[in-house]
Amino acid sequence: MSTTVTKLEKLVGKRIKRKEDPRLITGTATYVEDVKLPDMYHAAILRSPHGAANIKSIDISKAQALPGVVAVYTGADILGVGSVVCAADLPGLRRPVHHILAQDRTYFVGHAVAVVVAKDRYIAADGVDLIEVDWEPTQAVTDPEKALAAGAPAVHPEWPDNTAFVHNQEGGDMAQAFADAEVVVRQRIVSQRLIPNAMETRGVVADWKQADKSMTIWTSTQIPHLARSILAGQLGLDENRVRLIAPEVGGGFGSKLNVYPEEALMGFVSMKLHKPVKWIESRRENFQTTIHGRGHVDYLEIAAMRDGTILGLKLKLIQDLGSYLQLLTPAIPTLSVLMMPGLYKFRNISAQVIGVFTNAVPTDAYRGAGRPEATHGIERMVDMLAAELGMDPVEIRLKNFAGKDDFPFLTAAGLTYDSGDYAATLDKALEMIDYKGLRAQQAQARAEGRLMGIGISTYGELCGFGPSPATPAGGWESATVKVEPSGKVTVMTGCSPHGQGQETAFAQIAADELGVPMDDVIVLHGDTSIVQYGIGTFGSRNTAVGGAALHYALQDIRDKAKRFGAKMLGVEDGDVVLADGHCTASNGTSVTFQQIAAAAYRGIVIPTGSEPGLVATRFWEPSNFAYPYGAHIIVSEVDAETGQIEIKRYLAVDDIGNIINPLLVDGQLHGGVAQGLGQALWEHGIYDDNGQLVSGTFMDYAMPRARMMPWVESAHTVTPSPVNPLGAKGVGEAGTIGSTPAMVNSVVDALAPLGVRHIDMPMTAGKIWKLIQDSSIQEKKA
Amino acid sequence: MIANSFEYSAPGSLKEALALLAEGAKPLAGGMSLIPMMKLRLANPEHLVDIGRLPELNYIREENGELHIGAGVTHFEVESSPLLLGKCPLIAETAAHIGDIQVRNRGTIGGSVAHADPSADYPAALHALDAKIVLVSGEGTRTLSTEEFFLDTFTTALEPGEIVSEVIVPVDAGLTGTSYQKFLQPASGFAIVGAAARVRQEGGKFTLVRVGMTGLSGNAYRARNVEDALVGKEVTDANIQAAAALVADGQDASSDLHATAEYRAHLAGAYTARALRAALARSA
Ligand SMILES: Cc1cc2nc3c(=O)[nH]c(=O)nc-3n(C[C@H](O)[C@H](O)[C@H](O)COP(=O)(O)OP(=O)(O)OC[C@H]3O[C@@H](n4cnc5c(N)ncnc54)[C@H](O)[C@@H]3O)c2cc1C
Repeated sequence: MSTTVTKLEKLVGKRIKRKEDPRLITGTATYVEDVKLPDMYHAAILRSPHGAANIKSIDISKAQALPGVVAVYTGADILGVGSVVCAADLPGLRRPVHHILAQDRTYFVGHAVAVVVAKDRYIAADGVDLIEVDWEPTQAVTDPEKALAAGAPAVHPEWPDNTAFVHNQEGGDMAQAFADAEVVVRQRIVSQRLIPNAMETRGVVADWKQADKSMTIWTSTQIPHLARSILAGQLGLDENRVRLIAPEVGGGFGSKLNVYPEEALMGFVSMKLHKPVKWIESRRENFQTTIHGRGHVDYLEIAAMRDGTILGLKLKLIQDLGSYLQLLTPAIPTLSVLMMPGLYKFRNISAQVIGVFTNAVPTDAYRGAGRPEATHGIERMVDMLAAELGMDPVEIRLKNFAGKDDFPFLTAAGLTYDSGDYAATLDKALEMIDYKGLRAQQAQARAEGRLMGIGISTYGELCGFGPSPATPAGGWESATVKVEPSGKVTVMTGCSPHGQGQETAFAQIAADELGVPMDDVIVLHGDTSIVQYGIGTFGSRNTAVGGAALHYALQDIRDKAKRFGAKMLGVEDGDVVLADGHCTASNGTSVTFQQIAAAAYRGIVIPTGSEPGLVATRFWEPSNFAYPYGAHIIVSEVDAETGQIEIKRYLAVDDIGNIINPLLVDGQLHGGVAQGLGQALWEHGIYDDNGQLVSGTFMDYAMPRARMMPWVESAHTVTPSPVNPLGAKGVGEAGTIGSTPAMVNSVVDALAPLGVRHIDMPMTAGKIWKLIQDSSIQEKKA
Repeated sequence: MIANSFEYSAPGSLKEALALLAEGAKPLAGGMSLIPMMKLRLANPEHLVDIGRLPELNYIREENGELHIGAGVTHFEVESSPLLLGKCPLIAETAAHIGDIQVRNRGTIGGSVAHADPSADYPAALHALDAKIVLVSGEGTRTLSTEEFFLDTFTTALEPGEIVSEVIVPVDAGLTGTSYQKFLQPASGFAIVGAAARVRQEGGKFTLVRVGMTGLSGNAYRARNVEDALVGKEVTDANIQAAAALVADGQDASSDLHATAEYRAHLAGAYTARALRAALARSA
């Protein structure tokens, strides 16, 4: 046998357009809303309009009497369904029971009280309006610091101090660091509540088949398998008789890394009525009832020597949890503690996290989840320390970075960073942006009375979640590679990509390893009846963990293909190489990968000790997180007359390890930066003292639009991660993490001549204008 | 986010539409303000009459030195009309500031003025242009000045059964310079403040000054105090600055999540000055 072998171009590392896009662009993707089943009912949910209230009585008779309404259920009906699950644990954690419909009290605006099931969604909505609830509003508390004060209203009456947990972590000897310090800088820093607002709101279709005792649930989730396990538990069903499908998912950002009341509720309704039922979340419900992000008040103290050497960092973190614990709510602030040393080598930390109940929707993982808050804290404190010491922000960073020879680097918070060269990445950024030239321009601008700022953030993050012991439900990932007799390849990943582009990236990886055209590879995910158990998509883990599992499954396929090839060529196993889609013996004869696949299924030529077929499944457990890092620099100018901030330049130099597809990386980075700038400049989930969500629509919640975004200049340094075989780190959250401190540092730098030291986010024009007014008034007084 | 049920009619003529409106039906034009309110169940009309498709309300024409814009003309049509761009650039420039392209493709000038949102863009320009609003009902037609028409927050001189049929603006090209300057509310894109200015100068003096302001308070208004402070005065930046600073005088500045009353009033002055300067630069 002989074929001509042509050298194939490597696809990994190439800027390749997304395989996902044609169906999205042509509007032919299937989202939950597109799932339409025969005889399907529609549900709408009555929600509490109050921040806190007792339900004295509910009268559903008028809703029941509305023609087209099939059923109405309230809290009394659902007690047989398990409550909403929080998978995170901390010592002494207080866990409020979170029923899928409220019992005799509601705890936040939007709290689900009753469900109306009807023949169409319009009748269901009308039915909701006909339910009469006798409310007794009670006093709400929404500010976490006020909730901690003596005499504050109790969110959960059984815990009058509103404290869900107190978590302490020490590293080194912070008391000694303070004793040794020549200078201590203190600041209260707020990371405000943010509302994730994925483009697709949540939605659920549940379809119970009584005869088979089987349930199919379509839901817009990032974690199909975990959601299936949890929902089977809540509904008392066998896990193998629950099929969960995450069809096209229009964004999540952590908000769909959760299992919400409505998922079990639709299962319950379908089981009651023996009919499929659909619920689609409205945008308003999405604002009010899908988890929020951040919600930190941080009290930070940095201890240092006059030469700029940092000795340690102390943090008191007040986390606004909202009224309940969603899947990971209490775990998120503990990630902030893990990342509080940033990229620096100081040895001492002391942290206390206080988890506080408030009359608000729960907070949970939102793009970056704990790391943006930590990065914002350390990167602001380092800048404030530099200002205090009269040092350049670059100089202080270079002085305190972990060195390139320090890896693996054990941090004061107990993590082991995998690889990096922090100074080199910062140097590259400084050179690209001409830092010296910029400082000269700034001096000129200041002389002209213009407010120009240069802000640097050198962020680090932990991603590639993660080693299983560090996660509540397993941190490995799985992959199956199934080669068909024709040699076409199907990859099944336990990840659940929903915008990240793994259908493309994983096809590149598989095509390279097997020497097949990329178009011969399809990637399936998100259906528990098709895909082996997997963990899902969050924490920038798809490539670093899911990609690694795929890599090993592909090695198994290669090994087996080589044995078949050797047998077909009549040579020893060790005498062949598999490259460029061919298995070639040292004598020059070869067979194609497709011929091998055909033979593997034909079953006539079977290598000794092997078996027919060409399928492999691997589960891969990472030994550590991966630690991307980078340097973001923002040049800004503030209009002193209006307080408006203009971003003149945005430069991001990121080290995310090896890059599979630069186009996907750009997309992740741009989106991340947009979300970070959204937090830094505009977005704010605001509850008033009565518990009303006052920024609860897009008329008031200022998510950035394309026209508000700067051009992002981007470059990379590459220090491969030794943790996984791809050397990849992760980029899903980097932009969100690196951007906020760069933005705030830039504006604080612009306003430094006015004596401004710190600004809390969002830095709205009105806030900046007021700062300028107040400081000029002070100047006049002085 | 689902409206109550309602009846919908799409009559073929203005006459038919007016007959239905006389029975208490509510007009629907582009739906860009009405439909969101219905989805939130803040407005619950029982009967909608679609006047957005009536050819009789869809025209832009010049007559006797004036420009007539039918109520059904969309913001995008105003923004891109060669006639308006050439002869009344302020109205076209202002239309281009409204919302996004989807909104401008559906929303109409008649709907915008009838809605009288205190942050809408058109009212500022219409005040500055000495525009006239023409109303029609089964009873007949009447023509009002902007100050007669815009009465208060979401409140106009429209009587039940009456609709806006057209807006009349002057042919304004030549010596007059105009500008609309808007400070965007970052979430909604509506104006926190929007200042429209129209100026003429002769021999180094202001001979005509018109200033319309939106967003600052509950109702857009013509800032006569600013106008009076400039007419006849020398064209200097100091005069502009001093006059613009008067714009918020006597107004009850609104306060919300996005701007305190103090900040809004300050912005009103700053944006009035910007609009005046830009208008001046465009005047011959
Ligand atoms: C996302 C978004 C952003 C927007 N941004 C802006 C902005 O930046 N600036 C701005 O100015 N506006 C903005 N708008 C509002 C927009 O300009 C609307 O189009 C306008 O306010 C209403 O015009 P319409 O034709 O859509 O009227 P409709 O919504 O159909 O009607 C509005 C009201 O006017 C009545 N009505 C309609 N036509 C007439 C008529 N001819 N006579 C009497 N009554 C009538 C209706 O009964 C209703 O009460 C925005 C809207 C949206 C949805």
